[in-house]
Amino acid sequence: MTAEIAPSVGGTGEVFVTNRPQQPQNPAVPDGWEIIIGLEVHAELATHTKLFSGSLNEFGGEPNTNIDPVTLGLPGALPVLNRQAVELAIRTGLALNCTVQRSVFARKNYFYPDMPKGFQISQYDLPINSDGWLELPAGQDGTATKIGIERAHLEEDTGKSSHMGGASGRIHDAAYSLIDFNRCGVPLLEIVSRPDLRTADEAKAYVAELRSVLMAVGASDGKLEEGSMRVDCNVSVRRIGEGLGTRCEIKNVNSLRSLGRAVDYEARRQVDMITAGEPVRQETRHWNDDSGRTSTLRTKEEATDYRYFPEPDLVVVDPSAEWIESVRQALPVLPRERRSRLVEQTGVEVSSAAIIVERGLDDLVVAAVAAGGDGPRSATHAEHNLGEDAATALAPDAFAALTRMEVDGALTATQAKTVLAALVERGAGADPAAIASELGFEAMDTGELESLVDGIIAANPDDWAKYCAGENKVMGFFVGQAMKATQGKADGKAVTAILQVRRG
Amino acid sequence: MTALQVAAQIRSGERTSVEVTQESLDAIAGRDDDLGAFLLVTDEHALSAAAAVDASIAAGDAVGPLAGVPIAIKDNMCTRGIPTTCASRILEGWTPPYDATVVQRLAAAGLVLVGKTNMDEFAMGSSTENSAYQVTRNPHDATRVPGGSSGGSAAAVASGMVPLALGSDTGGSIRQPAALCGVVGVKPTYGAVSRFGLVAYASSLDQIGPFAADVADAAALLEAIAGHDPADSTSIPAPFPAVSAHLGDGVDGLRIGLPVEFLGEGIAPDVRRRVEAAAEALSAAGAKVAETSVPAVAQALSAYYIVAPAEASSNLSRFDGVRFGLRVEAATTPEMYDLTRTQGFGHEVKNRIMLGTYALSAGYYDAYYGTAQKVRTLLLRDLAAAYSEFDVLMTPTSPTTAFRIGEMVDDPLTMYLQDVCTIPTNLAGHPAMSVPFGVGDDGLPVGVQVLAPALGEVDMFRVAAVLEAATKSEPTIGTEGAA
Repeated sequence: MTAEIAPSVGGTGEVFVTNRPQQPQNPAVPDGWEIIIGLEVHAELATHTKLFSGSLNEFGGEPNTNIDPVTLGLPGALPVLNRQAVELAIRTGLALNCTVQRSVFARKNYFYPDMPKGFQISQYDLPINSDGWLELPAGQDGTATKIGIERAHLEEDTGKSSHMGGASGRIHDAAYSLIDFNRCGVPLLEIVSRPDLRTADEAKAYVAELRSVLMAVGASDGKLEEGSMRVDCNVSVRRIGEGLGTRCEIKNVNSLRSLGRAVDYEARRQVDMITAGEPVRQETRHWNDDSGRTSTLRTKEEATDYRYFPEPDLVVVDPSAEWIESVRQALPVLPRERRSRLVEQTGVEVSSAAIIVERGLDDLVVAAVAAGGDGPRSATHAEHNLGEDAATALAPDAFAALTRMEVDGALTATQAKTVLAALVERGAGADPAAIASELGFEAMDTGELESLVDGIIAANPDDWAKYCAGENKVMGFFVGQAMKATQGKADGKAVTAILQVRRG
Repeated sequence: MTALQVAAQIRSGERTSVEVTQESLDAIAGRDDDLGAFLLVTDEHALSAAAAVDASIAAGDAVGPLAGVPIAIKDNMCTRGIPTTCASRILEGWTPPYDATVVQRLAAAGLVLVGKTNMDEFAMGSSTENSAYQVTRNPHDATRVPGGSSGGSAAAVASGMVPLALGSDTGGSIRQPAALCGVVGVKPTYGAVSRFGLVAYASSLDQIGPFAADVADAAALLEAIAGHDPADSTSIPAPFPAVSAHLGDGVDGLRIGLPVEFLGEGIAPDVRRRVEAAAEALSAAGAKVAETSVPAVAQALSAYYIVAPAEASSNLSRFDGVRFGLRVEAATTPEMYDLTRTQGFGHEVKNRIMLGTYALSAGYYDAYYGTAQKVRTLLLRDLAAAYSEFDVLMTPTSPTTAFRIGEMVDDPLTMYLQDVCTIPTNLAGHPAMSVPFGVGDDGLPVGVQVLAPALGEVDMFRVAAVLEAATKSEPTIGTEGAA
């Protein structure tokens, strides 16, 4: 059943309904149930300085070195907005098909020692980006799903507390706490999805795709483990066809794997409660990766009243149409478009295209194909045999020549892999033909190969009998013997073909 | 002698800044035990700064029109290496690592900082009685308050201990003490003077401005501190109007409106008579004076007591005992917050934090803060209508002359009414100034307030200059000298 979702209006003015194909039953929940997931992703923006001060925005470093009166919230200090942060926010908003609009900073008031002013400067009712969407890479059935983006707003990060002298490293049993304000005031973009996600895999795909977009536009380095991208996850469950259930927000999800586990655990917990006749309470829950469970962090009743009001120390941010347009013009080609270009030009599977684009090798593959290279071979190498470094180290011409040698039978797949590694290692100017002859990779004559295979059959009559009796796995043994005898020069496919002919 | 005259003598070599500064320090030593205007006297700093100005002048450097003149500043402006308390226990012992922009500009203009003045704690009050440290007395009558919250700065100038001072004005905190002490006090257009380094009370209302014994000195000091500052996002990105150049322009043909809302109930009759006398003086000088109406001022006081406490409740959250100032140790962080803030803040500060917290809380925001912001919009509309007919407006500065110390301590609502004439200006972000215009029935100074639209300081000062000249030509209404 297709989920009922209110139509969203994209930044392009396009009205869309999440175009979800018929879904198989989600195995994480019993038949007839579905999971509703919305994600809040905080991404640290890759600016030179902090959101409201001139202190450097740097990861690592000695504690409390990137600080100043504004960062520390000293009496009398005032914030001044970082233009680069606004530009990166706009760039991301446009890449997420949002409307970029006049926005207002607000104060979110609460006390915490690593939040020095007693309030966080964020955006509340008027975010800089609103109403966009992100398209997930197509799944097995080839259908791409659009996930609505409610908003993507700017705010400042807090400092970092380390709770010392306790067993858990959490505040409850700590003897004392240390605060590092280096992270305090670092610009964040909080990207809030609509509750359009339905499975743990979709949630993971959304975060992975969002990360690709953020990296592609240069907004963030997207490192989940270092905390430069942080995910809060809202989960509720319902019987299919019913209205939305009560949601819980899950914090401390630090990897894609944790995200998937946390969603499935939490959904199951809620289904079990409802089935047992207990209501789900709206609350914030903490994911424990070791135990694989969520636990109550605070209930709705304990939630802080943030007393939002417009930040009087800042003025309205109203980017001009010219500025927005110039940012739009400078946008790079986005992962979604890069994937479809790759599929179109190489015929590669969508799932492989996603990996190649993720690795930043799609330009190389497209250039190699343009230079006469073989599409499928190029894509296969990019997916399985090349790392991110190949994007710069490997010349498209040489890559193209290599794939042609392979297709022409001048190199076996194994040999091609070896030559490819040498090409990447030697860099510009390296010639695959020269490397192949250097390594002694001359293609074997078919007749030569046939007599070799016949010799192996004759030397292993028992195995040959098994193969003829239909034990196909024995074929691997014969191919292996042929490879061994030729030091890998034999083409595995050719050996297989000879074996099949001999068996008749 | 005015500050400008003293500066001219220093430039000509007739006197040195060190001599003048020493005289000021001597006056403080002789007088301030009784007045309590200063929280801190910066002797050493002052004398070395004065010597530097003298050396600069001796070297033939070009210096500003106020170079070498001593000045006092309210103790809510950050001074690098010099304690800044906001007259609060919670900042006891805190020394800022940086200078406020105005402090940098004073130094650049060659002004010599001789001390930091007493105030109502965090600028919350109208009598300077809310200081956690001391009471400041009115130089005209030691049993009376100097007004507030910048009462220390007003008393310091009125007593002649310093020729110039800076205060801050959120709802009248420069103008009302200026009126009660018989000196000139100016609240500039919002954004004309940088707030960077001013410890915030209510960010959308706060503005730093000058105190001086006369109008020309006030203009010169304002010009020294005004102008765009990239460190304050609300600073106006344009040059400040050249006020001093127009002080002698007179008021011939200028249209001056008297809002009827400030000439009736709630204004003491003797104060009202001084405003009427001022209107006559301006008419005599060629101005067109007429009554007008700004109806929305009736809601201004209520709106102010939502907006200011709301912003204050947030601004004062940073005083949590974690990074600076007072910390009362406790077993847990929340208990440490509670004890630090309970012991560190005074009664009126707590009142306003509670009022503001309530006004911003979920479910009440629209009814309180939202409505107050609408009043600001209405007020701007009514003022714009008035300024379509008039160049400046004129009202009393304060409803009464200086009241007795302790008289209103237990009656905060009456105390709040002290600011009824001054608050609309802050809500509108407009400039206004108080000019001494004679005395009331009790012989104490009365101030007349001149108001102008945003960046209308030139016309405002022209009117002030004419009023000042009128008091000088009419001995019976001349300002009283220091008692």
